[in-house]
Amino acid sequence: MEQGTVLLKRGLAQMLKGGVIMDVVTAEHAKIAEEAGACAVMALERVPSDIRADGGVARMSDPTKILEILEAVTIPVMAKCRIGHFVEAQILESLGVDYVDESEVLTPADESHHIWKHDFKVPFVCGCRDLGEALRRIGEGAAMIRTKGEAGTGNIVEAVRHMRAVKSGISRITVMGSEELMAEAKSLGAPFELVLEINRTGKLPVVNFAAGGVATPADAALMMQLGCDGVFVGSGIFKAEDPAARASAIVQAVTHFKDPDVIARVSTGLGEAMPGIDIRTLAETEQLARRGW
Amino acid sequence: MVIGVLALQGDFEEHAIVLSRLGAEVREVRAAADLEGLTGLIIPGGESTTITRLLTAYGLLEPLRERIDDGLAVMGTCAGAIVLAQHAAGLDRPGIERMAIRVKRNAFGRQRDSFETDIDIAGIEGGPVHAVFIRAPVIEGVDPPARILASLPDGRVVAARQGNMIALAFHPELTADTRVHAYFLQVASASVAAAPAGLAHHV
Repeated sequence: MEQGTVLLKRGLAQMLKGGVIMDVVTAEHAKIAEEAGACAVMALERVPSDIRADGGVARMSDPTKILEILEAVTIPVMAKCRIGHFVEAQILESLGVDYVDESEVLTPADESHHIWKHDFKVPFVCGCRDLGEALRRIGEGAAMIRTKGEAGTGNIVEAVRHMRAVKSGISRITVMGSEELMAEAKSLGAPFELVLEINRTGKLPVVNFAAGGVATPADAALMMQLGCDGVFVGSGIFKAEDPAARASAIVQAVTHFKDPDVIARVSTGLGEAMPGIDIRTLAETEQLARRGW
Repeated sequence: MVIGVLALQGDFEEHAIVLSRLGAEVREVRAAADLEGLTGLIIPGGESTTITRLLTAYGLLEPLRERIDDGLAVMGTCAGAIVLAQHAAGLDRPGIERMAIRVKRNAFGRQRDSFETDIDIAGIEGGPVHAVFIRAPVIEGVDPPARILASLPDGRVVAARQGNMIALAFHPELTADTRVHAYFLQVASASVAAAPAGLAHHV
């Protein structure tokens, strides 16, 4: 019997495909998310828009809160740790969370190094802005990838940019001759073996979700049509006027992402979405996606 | 032979790839109309709470039950097995409830307790199957006419069959071994051959 293998780590992410993973701060949030059809929840100290508004250092959630959430729902529970903070990750593993998100939404603990994720039995998901960043994280042991987008803005533009960058990066590699692949690995700053693999298979070796700015069912379906495997929703649910209705609508829009009639129907009567932010009004230091490399 | 894969949530794409490799025509099932003309249906791994919620929300539960009662071959893996079971401990929404098995969700624990191991499966030749258990259920009770297909060395049941229905606690779609899916296709094609004339419009 084997445990903590790459197949098991990547496999759990495969089970989440076609689903919505929702940010939750409390056990009460987690129950609302599960009831609405979330395929997993993500525990964090504050939702991204609050982190953005409050400032200060954003850390891993209080373990008390995480244990309450683990107790409250039967779906997988993910939790965020700071980039490079391998002890927060060790704590999350010890608490029994099902996935760790090494996340730029929290304040980085190390500006040069991400966590060496192969040492853990718990699987990791990491953010990326393009293919090179995705492959660096996979090289370090990430078993799932998500776009960074720009969390807490309710603005989908960065998630779209990042998903398109990953997709076009993959397309480029699939049409390259063998002699071009080392140069491509160099220019991407990506592990050569993973570039070879994409040249052969035409896809990422792990599941890729969209995240960062999803506020409406239409945003979620847009990301699905752009080719992601599922969607993370952060502030978009619990900062909206009617979280339960919006959560349920986003789940349905992800399942039926190719069916405009369904998306139109579930988008009706949801009340106000979260307030949005134009990314161009954010200073570079306020852009969370720039954290990590 | 058209085989459906329930595509509400979970790893339906992985199942579709294996089925295509075995030469089956695959259809993703998201609505009742997609059930028309299917020879078999796979209910994939995923989150059973999410899948059962969507089955109800999209009015798929009753049409699925009717088709299964008419003899549609169906295989559920992990969450799919939970959806098929008559009793699923810890699931607060109705599933298809057609197999005389009692399952316990997340029976081995959380993700850190997920594991891979080799098991022998009744009816599958050529040695043990490498089985991948991810936050897996166990089949705590198997009542006639359901019967056990596979157990772990400690006796816990992880695969069962009842007529044209197969329930597996693990994920044959995650390995390169296609024997389990080939077995299901045999069950499905035999169910077509055995169907009474009055049901011919279903196939």
